[in-house]
Amino acid sequence: MINITEVAETNEMINKENLDVRTITMGISLYDCAGEDLSRVQDKILEKIVRKAGRLVEVGEHISKSYGIPVVNKRIAVTPISSIGSSCCKNEDDYVRLALTLEKAAQETGVNLIGGYGAVISKGMTDHEKIFLRSIPEALKVTKSVCSSVNVGSTRTGINMDAVRMMGEIIVDTANASYGTDSLGCAKLVVFCNAPDDNPFMAGAFHGVSEGEAVINVGISGPGVVKKALENLHGASFEVLCEAIKKTAFKITRVGQLVATEAAKRLDVPFGIVDLSLAPTPAVGDSVADILKEIGLEHPGAPGTTAALALLNDQVKKGGVMASSYVGGLSGAFIPVSEDKGMIEAVEAGALSLEKLEAMTCVCSVGLDMIAIPGDTPATTISGIIADEMAIGMINQKTTAVRLIPAIGKKVGDSLDFGGLFGYSPVMPVNTFSCSDFIGREGRIPAPIHSFKN
Amino acid sequence: MQKVIITVVGKDCVGIMAKVCTYLAEKQINILDISQTIVSGYFNMMMVADRQLDRGHFEDTAKELEELGNSIGVVIRMQREEIFNMMHRI
Repeated sequence: MINITEVAETNEMINKENLDVRTITMGISLYDCAGEDLSRVQDKILEKIVRKAGRLVEVGEHISKSYGIPVVNKRIAVTPISSIGSSCCKNEDDYVRLALTLEKAAQETGVNLIGGYGAVISKGMTDHEKIFLRSIPEALKVTKSVCSSVNVGSTRTGINMDAVRMMGEIIVDTANASYGTDSLGCAKLVVFCNAPDDNPFMAGAFHGVSEGEAVINVGISGPGVVKKALENLHGASFEVLCEAIKKTAFKITRVGQLVATEAAKRLDVPFGIVDLSLAPTPAVGDSVADILKEIGLEHPGAPGTTAALALLNDQVKKGGVMASSYVGGLSGAFIPVSEDKGMIEAVEAGALSLEKLEAMTCVCSVGLDMIAIPGDTPATTISGIIADEMAIGMINQKTTAVRLIPAIGKKVGDSLDFGGLFGYSPVMPVNTFSCSDFIGREGRIPAPIHSFKN
Repeated sequence: MQKVIITVVGKDCVGIMAKVCTYLAEKQINILDISQTIVSGYFNMMMVADRQLDRGHFEDTAKELEELGNSIGVVIRMQREEIFNMMHRI
């Protein structure tokens, strides 16, 4: 039988170390909502989402109360809207109307974010997908809860550089469109390479083409718990350090597995995956950067950071995989800047640069995340940064992503404040040398060779 | 059987157990096991109980226990047992 020490340990994790289930995300297929009449498609989308996810928030809260574990977010991910609107959307405004339908569905179901306003264009783009991409800035301006993700490359197909070029421009347009809200629109827009079909985390969640009718995916979190476990291990060997991280990751993931299976049962929707992630928030004690400091770095960005992060990421996976029957999504440590107090401090201290963050993304999920850059950064430079990050994902067969926020009217030394979970971010310097001739080339980067790995 | 874990944490005083147990008896909640320690004047108690005969909703009982705790000056939580089993047992 469970003993008092074990009960105290679990409750300490929840009450003092910010252990929580970060999100229960219901993926919903919208393929059966597609058609030629836009109004009819809007009605079908709204009806289906509300029918499938109407009880999601209520069930999430019941589970939270039953087990005494916070379930912070309840969210929805849908089939990429570029496909659903391909017959009925004749122009950008039509796609924006679908975004407004998603917003309405989010309000009616009570979820805080809804993902899937996106496109998978890792090899080529159809005409309707080009129209869709141009609708993103306006769609993110007129909605509050809608998140957009665009997959522009994969290990199997290479990188669609036409899409990369367009996304640089779209990120700038989105920042301009949401100028009054500190470019918040860009916090809801992410560019992927090798995007997973079952990611529960926003802004990149969508219900992939390989998925069924509906599914429950759960994202866990607990950087504070890992940090606490390492607090008493200063000077300990790597073996001891790694064992401690693995054991903690196992325990955290078990909670995710419990919540996921319980939510799936209560909602009568299949359980999809648990995403083994250390997802920070701007709250004190909920920071991945603090774990890196606990491992032995003065600040993230110091020499040794990439190795420390590789170690952390790998141990989290090793501890987590046995704890869950199905693991998926992004799975690893997240290193967003604005959403992690320790990362913000590292930038402010001058320890962490964009280039070091890029190196760190080679060994962890997911990519250059929630980074404010000067508002006058050219679109071609943003495309260059995206291309670099996509190349890392393509060659290393991993998911990488870019979520950059051009701070319109601001420069290095200023900061952006998004509020809530999105946090705040100092504007980081960007290399000012041009890559416009490179980005100006048309076509795609071929898929990489799958042998001779060096 | 519907096993729950009830924890009581707070400053020690006379009658904590009496009040908690009286409430549980009224609710037909059967106590299966109790562990208790007092460290530096702080009361730390854990009960394994079966609330199969409790006709109320889980959340109502949990809320009433929380309110009882507030009136005594301790924190009382009721959680379903599975979360602890999942985390600490393979």
